[in-house]
Amino acid sequence: MTAQVLVALSVFGACSVEMVEALTIVMASGFTRGWRSALEGSALAVVCLAIVVAALGPALIHYVPINVLRLVVGSLLLVLGLQWLRKAILRASGYKAKHDEAEIYRREVERLSGQPRSGRGRDATGFVIAFKGVFLEGMEVVMIVLTLGLSSGYLGVATVAAAAAVVVIGGIGVAVARQLSEVPENGMKLGVGLMLVTFGTFWAGEGAGVRWPGADLALLGLLAIYGLVTWGAVTALTRGRPTAAAAT
Amino acid sequence: MTASRALSVFGHFWWDFIIGDTPEVAVGVAGLMIIGWLLARRLPAAAVVVLPLAVVLLLAASLYRGTRTA
Repeated sequence: MTAQVLVALSVFGACSVEMVEALTIVMASGFTRGWRSALEGSALAVVCLAIVVAALGPALIHYVPINVLRLVVGSLLLVLGLQWLRKAILRASGYKAKHDEAEIYRREVERLSGQPRSGRGRDATGFVIAFKGVFLEGMEVVMIVLTLGLSSGYLGVATVAAAAAVVVIGGIGVAVARQLSEVPENGMKLGVGLMLVTFGTFWAGEGAGVRWPGADLALLGLLAIYGLVTWGAVTALTRGRPTAAAAT
Repeated sequence: MTASRALSVFGHFWWDFIIGDTPEVAVGVAGLMIIGWLLARRLPAAAVVVLPLAVVLLLAASLYRGTRTA
């Protein structure tokens, strides 16, 4: 049950973060190049992603031994989780600029508006930009859904959580139009990064032969330890950061 | 799209996904897995403590590098 809830939360959070980024690109494409091209590009990307999941999911379950799968998947989750956590901590402590969706949207609109249109029908630029945005951001989600879902044995839960995030963030996107910058993306990235590192340690450890005390309950212990370390890191880096005034 | 171009895009995706701008994380995790595998066979009780501790140290090292390059 613990693992099931954590898998659902991790996938929902990760998918939401990537959805915000993809939606920003799709909206910029839709508003500047026309909605037909943007929506068709997005739809094709979703179909391609679904094919990747359908092709890879069952193949990995049937042909790869579970311990090898957990070692490889755990290592991948650990790499991805540490990358996300590192970035979120540096942003939270002011060492790195926050991901500004409004600014990204403005830049995309400016770039797309300057390019000539390809004709009256489908706009090739808008189509390709929307396709690339959704496919590339979506691939990260696919990796997280497959890795978390397969290692835990809850691929169904992971898929439903990802679909829920698509619906929720898509709904928010449609409702608030261009105000995706209101979504607390860095906080979500920090939370998801923590969970990915927790699952990564747990499964990579199991794949390597480590027997965690308390089985699934060890996940909560790992999450608490990494949570405390993250809080400590943000506090220490924020205090230690040289201010502009001090630097001059 | 030619086969070589598709292969290049595929390779590029995985390089960005795993290595990206934090090669120390990828190398560190590979090292962690070797340590975890060895400990699980020789000192199983220690593996439970060493593995999370090593992850914390790896995060600290990567953050240190991040603050230097920021």
